[in-house]
Amino acid sequence: MTDTTPTIDTMPSAEHARPERAPEQISHVVVRFAGDSGDGMQLTGDRFTSASALFGNDLSTFPDYPAEIRAPAGTVNGVSSFQVHISDHDITTPGDSPNVLVAMNPAALKADLHRLEQNGLLIVNSDSFESRDLEKAGYDHNPLNDDFLSAYRVVEIPMTSLTQKATETLGVKARDAERSKNFFALGVISWLYSRPVEPTIEWINGKFKDLVKESNLAAFRAGYNFGETSELFDHPYQVKPAQLPAGEYTNISGNVALAWGLVAAGQLAKLPLFLGSYPITPASDILHELSKHKHFGIRTVQAEDEIAAIGMALGAAFSGHLGITTTSGPGVALKSETISLGISLELPLLIVDIQRGGPSTGLPTKTEAADLNIAMYGRHGEAPLPIVAAYSPAHCFDAAIEAARIALKYRTPVILLSDGFLANGSEPWLLPDVSTLPDISVSFQTEKNHIAADGSEEYWPYLRDPVTLARPWAIPGTPGLMHRVGGIEKEDGTGNISYAPANHEKMVHLRADKVAGIAHDIPPAVVVGDADADLVLLGWGSTWAAIDAAVQRTRRAGTKVAWIHLTHLNPLPPNLGELLRSFRTVLVPELNLGHLCRMVRAEYLVDAKPINKVQGLPFTSAELEVAITEALS
Amino acid sequence: MSDTIVPLTTKKDWVSDQEVRWCPGCGDYGVMHAVQTLMPELGVAPENTVFISGIGCSSRFPYYMNTYGMHSIHGRAPAIATGVAVARPDLDVWVITGDGDSLSIGGNHLIHALRRNVNLTILLFNNRIYGLTKGQYSPTSETGKVTKSTPFGSIDHPFNPLSVALGAEASFVARTHDLDRKHMIEVFRAAHAHRGASFVEIFQNCNVFNDGAFDDVTSKHARDEMMIDLKHGQPIRFGVDGHKGVAMGSDGQLRIVEVADAGESALLVHDAHREDPGLAFALARLSHDDHSATPFGVFRDVQRGDYGQMVGAQLASASEKKGPGDLGSLLRSNGTWMVGGG
Repeated sequence: MTDTTPTIDTMPSAEHARPERAPEQISHVVVRFAGDSGDGMQLTGDRFTSASALFGNDLSTFPDYPAEIRAPAGTVNGVSSFQVHISDHDITTPGDSPNVLVAMNPAALKADLHRLEQNGLLIVNSDSFESRDLEKAGYDHNPLNDDFLSAYRVVEIPMTSLTQKATETLGVKARDAERSKNFFALGVISWLYSRPVEPTIEWINGKFKDLVKESNLAAFRAGYNFGETSELFDHPYQVKPAQLPAGEYTNISGNVALAWGLVAAGQLAKLPLFLGSYPITPASDILHELSKHKHFGIRTVQAEDEIAAIGMALGAAFSGHLGITTTSGPGVALKSETISLGISLELPLLIVDIQRGGPSTGLPTKTEAADLNIAMYGRHGEAPLPIVAAYSPAHCFDAAIEAARIALKYRTPVILLSDGFLANGSEPWLLPDVSTLPDISVSFQTEKNHIAADGSEEYWPYLRDPVTLARPWAIPGTPGLMHRVGGIEKEDGTGNISYAPANHEKMVHLRADKVAGIAHDIPPAVVVGDADADLVLLGWGSTWAAIDAAVQRTRRAGTKVAWIHLTHLNPLPPNLGELLRSFRTVLVPELNLGHLCRMVRAEYLVDAKPINKVQGLPFTSAELEVAITEALS
Repeated sequence: MSDTIVPLTTKKDWVSDQEVRWCPGCGDYGVMHAVQTLMPELGVAPENTVFISGIGCSSRFPYYMNTYGMHSIHGRAPAIATGVAVARPDLDVWVITGDGDSLSIGGNHLIHALRRNVNLTILLFNNRIYGLTKGQYSPTSETGKVTKSTPFGSIDHPFNPLSVALGAEASFVARTHDLDRKHMIEVFRAAHAHRGASFVEIFQNCNVFNDGAFDDVTSKHARDEMMIDLKHGQPIRFGVDGHKGVAMGSDGQLRIVEVADAGESALLVHDAHREDPGLAFALARLSHDDHSATPFGVFRDVQRGDYGQMVGAQLASASEKKGPGDLGSLLRSNGTWMVGGG
């Protein structure tokens, strides 16, 4: 680990814990930090995650927060939670039920207690269980004073007053000290799970200044020491580093991975990136991230609205840039007309949809995958486009490159689907060797491409590549290739306005055939698990994590099950129909009411059955395990 | 740089091979010929010129220019053109739009393109009617206008396009009309020369659905007494022998005066470069209908940073500070750890 240990002088590190309290080895643990929106729970969870990542655990996170920035303090509506699963082996989900719940107030207890496993460890900030706090949370009794919590192992810690005591010598006012209590909680949990303290101390030193820094450090140390000395816990636990494939890792969230994938796509395509975007949860982080990296030649414009955002991206695409717009469901609806124009102009364009609960404002901070239908069908006219879906936080990187590859090669708008669960969740990512990433560059047209009847050379903007059916991309500034494109139907080849009936039908078919033909340029669907099973799960998007865990558990229990996960949703892999027909039962788990399920039923006439969940939450692996068992019985 | 521009092209080089499909007698023809006549005089190349339009009669314009062009979506031309101009500050980008296109469905994009000062030359063909959809009232139609969608007369209060542009922080605002090619050419030339967003309202006659809307001001017999030609640095005078002028009253209002009565010294001297847009705004609102004396020419022409260039400058300064982007370093920027082998 680190050679120089920063200011831990007053604090014994995990390695020096007293022998009688040696850590017990456990294979994994799921911790959920829950508190008021103002309590800093996202930060606390994030720091615990980072320390665990640097320690070498495999992990998966699930930030779960309200849409309101600060709902009334102390109310259930204002509860913000962060769940993290750390493990000494390969995991994909943030865990079904937490083993540990840290509840900073009664509202957090009320909101999240039902998630805690039976006999799970419940750590509460007992200072915040005054009658007023209880009232705000809607409790007519103090759950700490009766047998309400008898099914759990309850540890009461007066975190607020202990933090105040730990910081009073620094001259921190009691009210300000309270703001550091999340670091006290982090200290307790860091001791309990034998986390290295250096990364957190280093981070506090770098992030804060002056009294705030000192106060946070003191609270963190006090929490850590409290864990060790208070005897409230029998002993600490240790989750050993996971045996992950060798290499260099970073902890990555879906939105950062997606943004970096876009940066990579620009580099691999040798094109400047242009992002037109309008702020919307949960997609804004991509705008923020790309805005930071101007030295990559990335232009970002925060447009006046969703329509302008995609309009600018389309204008940039016409001008020879890799045009991108990022949004969530409501924004996709607003962009629909421009996507159709992009399909008609046959220009490369990337539309990134970080799905959230809908319709309308719906559940803006919660996850759902109910935009597949709008991605497939949500345009006027015959307007098919390719759809790529990311399945894990780290996969967002590859999915962005793949979506850009298709857009550029086939001169078409592409919708890239992610969702709130992937966007904010994180996992360790084995960094790719950038030299092995695919070359996705394409050539601009620079020469005239057709001989006119009079023998002169001319440029036909809709003269297609016979294999890909893509049209040439001639950008402004190219002498001799001046041409006009527009939303009015074009004559095949010349691109001139044409209202001819047969030409329109031909163009509709050409645009559809071009997209359908991409099926030959994507990897075939692959069966994971038991190819000879009776039942196959067909998944897409972020259900990957829960399906993976459910399939593993089902197979460990001795039942055969197969799984196909799609990253290309339009066109579908050409072998998919044949594969699905080879199973007696096809189950399609989706965070919607059956979008993909209906697609494959219509496409392949297979009797696929939906498993749906629309609670703004991902599937748990247990839910899917039950569904598999029921389907097989 | 030399002051005289040697034409690299002729008018013919700017004309596309497409048949022009506007109604015979439409004012759009005059505007198109003015633009095609001007282009060779600007010393620019067709391949570096882009025309972006929305939807409406005037928005067919790009098809007739032998340049790069896009006939896009109703109202969205300023947004799409912003993408072109920000991605490629090396290009000359023109926006062709109408009163319905840019003041109704696309009002938001127009005001934000002007506010950002994107390097666009925006020509708004104002005929005070929806032509392509066959004759509904538009956001610039006068109150009381009887159309197919307002059989009892429109009750909507109209926009004054120049007021909108000035209110949206436009750095260049001008007005011309479709009957005077020379005037159009001079206004378009000034608009093109302005770096940043240039906004030109063109009084344009729709001879099918709103014929003669501007006749009382722009027809040959009316012009002398009704058109006020603004010239930077000169007292604002008009009428035969300049017998009328514009002066500011003690109440701060602009009004039309007889020069003989008010005296020459009372006349307002036009200053298009004035930082404060107040006087330009007052001039834009001097006339409240199409039957009284109306100012034409360049109302406002001030310098402000061009958005596309400023975006480029931020990129250049970031590269200077950090060096060119390196993907491998980016992927390691949030901290990494080694597993096995290391």
